[in-house]
Amino acid sequence: MNKSADNLSKIKRSLTRRNRAEARFQWCGRVAIFIGLAAVAVLFVDIIGKGHGAFQATYIKLNVSYDQDLLGIENLSDPEQLMMGNWDAVPKVALREKFTDVSGRRDKRRLNGLLSNGAGFDLKDRLLANPQLLNTTESIWLLADDDIDTYYKSWLDGEAYAARLSDKQVVWIDQLHEQGLIRLQLNTNLFTRGDSREPEQAGIRGAVMGSLLTLVLTLILSFPIGVSAAIYLEEFAPKNKWTDFIEVNINNLAAVPSIIFGLLGLAIFINFFHVPRSVPIVGGLVLTLMTLPTIIITSRAAIKSVPPSIREAALGMGASKYQMVLHHVLPLALPGMLTGAIIGMAQALGETAPLLMIGMVAFIVDVPGSFTDPATVLPVQIFLWADSPERAFIEKTSAAIMVLLTFLIIMNTSAVWLRKRLERRW
Amino acid sequence: MSPADTAKPAKAASKAASKSAPKKVAKAKSAVPKVKKTEPKAKKAVAKTRKAVAPQFKAGQSLDIDDHQITVGKSFSDNAKMTMRNIDVYYGDKQAIHNVSIDIAKNEVMAMIGPSGCGKSTFLRTLNRMNDTVEGCRVEGDICMDGENLYAPKLDVVELRARVGMVFQKPNPFPKSIYENVAYGPKIHGLADSRVDLDEIVENSLRKASLWEEVKERLHQPGTGLSGGQQQRLCIARAIAVSPEVILMDEPCSALDPIATAKIEELIEELSENFTIAIVTHSMQQAARVSHRTAYFHLGKLIEVNPTEQVFTMPEHQLTEAYITGRFG
Ligand SMILES: Nc1ncnc2c1ncn2[C@@H]1O[C@H](COP(=O)(O)OP(=O)(O)OP(=O)(O)O)[C@@H](O)[C@H]1O
Ligand SMILES: [Mg+2]
Repeated sequence: MNKSADNLSKIKRSLTRRNRAEARFQWCGRVAIFIGLAAVAVLFVDIIGKGHGAFQATYIKLNVSYDQDLLGIENLSDPEQLMMGNWDAVPKVALREKFTDVSGRRDKRRLNGLLSNGAGFDLKDRLLANPQLLNTTESIWLLADDDIDTYYKSWLDGEAYAARLSDKQVVWIDQLHEQGLIRLQLNTNLFTRGDSREPEQAGIRGAVMGSLLTLVLTLILSFPIGVSAAIYLEEFAPKNKWTDFIEVNINNLAAVPSIIFGLLGLAIFINFFHVPRSVPIVGGLVLTLMTLPTIIITSRAAIKSVPPSIREAALGMGASKYQMVLHHVLPLALPGMLTGAIIGMAQALGETAPLLMIGMVAFIVDVPGSFTDPATVLPVQIFLWADSPERAFIEKTSAAIMVLLTFLIIMNTSAVWLRKRLERRW
Repeated sequence: MSPADTAKPAKAASKAASKSAPKKVAKAKSAVPKVKKTEPKAKKAVAKTRKAVAPQFKAGQSLDIDDHQITVGKSFSDNAKMTMRNIDVYYGDKQAIHNVSIDIAKNEVMAMIGPSGCGKSTFLRTLNRMNDTVEGCRVEGDICMDGENLYAPKLDVVELRARVGMVFQKPNPFPKSIYENVAYGPKIHGLADSRVDLDEIVENSLRKASLWEEVKERLHQPGTGLSGGQQQRLCIARAIAVSPEVILMDEPCSALDPIATAKIEELIEELSENFTIAIVTHSMQQAARVSHRTAYFHLGKLIEVNPTEQVFTMPEHQLTEAYITGRFG
């Protein structure tokens, strides 16, 4: 009797201690999560703060006349004439008509500097789409130069940055602003164009397409190979020195710095097999090498987590090993495998170093359309833009990061969703 | 296994037994007085009884088994379905089964009893070569079914396991629908010619496993959503759906309540009309109620095989007696 009372008080005493330890532990967890979330929040605020401007661009409204003589074109359907046409003259004339009092070569050059030097080509595209406009005049919004864009945005925000503008240009912009002839508009170029030396004309379409092509190839190659390897190693391979050796090496490969895979790809695919540089094929092959260990390891873990009782049940029913794997193990392991694959893909999407080694770092203006077109990928584009001196590329860089993060978030969310969905079936 | 447990359901035993062959009634009745001796009072007395008995037992005779021990009783049959001769099973270097020879007769229910870890499951699993799936497990000796060597190199285990079905200790339905669970065997072995055929097989199997009435409304819901007892009956239905010749059951009722247990025992009796059954059990009443012969294993050796009635009334070997009277195990 006495002893049990004694025990009870002992338990009570230790209980307060245990409860306190548990509370401490919970607090540690909460603090850790808070720190993590805060870091993410800081990152997002910084990037969005810097990058949101890139989704808008400055446009100037001018009266342009598509004058046949000025363009030096007679027939719009003749490609040679189109090539030789004096497209730049149209916006220049429009500017001169707007600011009639400008004289002197330097001032004229500054005046022309208000518009992007791609403005003429935009007009060409417009004229080709609407041939009836030839020899007519219209009032149209034209893309401004990146310095003007930077100045106008900073001026709107209240802290004008005019270091790269002359006093006259500032005055002209003031005038345009008063007349409502300058404004911010959705920057469609960002999503429809490839890279450019001119920040206002640079877009991420090329990099997005490059990433897409590369990733599609990576997925097509690495998922089947990885899953087959995992199934074979888990279910069929004898357990001996060789398989142990292979397992150790797969784990090692997962930890090899990615740039090594780039060197490997350079040596094997480019130098030995003569695959062209800078193309999504070689990028996909290198990223496949890199993603395979991840997929194999996660798939093996998923296969291992299938309860042995299910295997016994299947074998006991007279299923062959292959049937056991196909009918029972694979469906149960699939959510885990897919999650692994998507995580591997997300890793591959963010990978830069190995692609630098195989030449996907080149300056590529054209949007790639196939696996054999020279291409770059999103993270490399970010790297390139971050490296550019023009101030306007700062917001472009952040905008590209936002796009990359959006893709990553979509992929990771779909991984979670897919797993939930497939697991909910039973 | 406590002695209290041993004697209590004696009535139920005789009731269950009375359903089958009349010879079993006599067996069950005669089992009653013998077992009752060990339980003069209520459960509390059990501990005392054991303590009192154990030293006396030790003083009387040795519990050591002699290495060259041969099985006592009637381990062979003229009408054998399965014959096993000189079976040794090793897990790596460790020998789990020592030189076991036994026959299982056609349409017989053979019960295997013995203390935990004595090798009942291991022995049972040699009969459909489930031990092949265990890393490092080695089986030596001859096992034949209808005269055909099960361990012959050219024998296909897939065919063997279709002929020798198994029900595991823990219910392990596939995470698929009830229907799919039962239909799986017939499907992979191509036993059904049409959808209608398959439906019929599924219904019949579920009926035989006395599960049909409970699940006919929800055949397409997950089998894992059933209760433990229902799951076990589902596993039995799954096993009999391929009409095996032999059914192996490893403690099929260990996770079930008395009512579900009774249902499965009834089922075993019915099944024994068509199938040969080997059942491992920890419940001696169960062995007494359902089996024709009982084999007693001890430390990997087969000590005694005799008609169930005899094992529970006048065991030949003192180890068997010690076990069934609850003196150890
Ligand atoms: N996979 C295995 N690897 C190594 N040893 C094993 C393995 N399975 C069983 N054994 C050993 O073989 C012996 C017999 O085991 P078995 O499972 O056949 O016992 P059992 O009679 O079925 O016991 P229980 O009544 O507790 O189920 C035990 O000593 C056990 O430790
Ligand atoms: Mg067992």
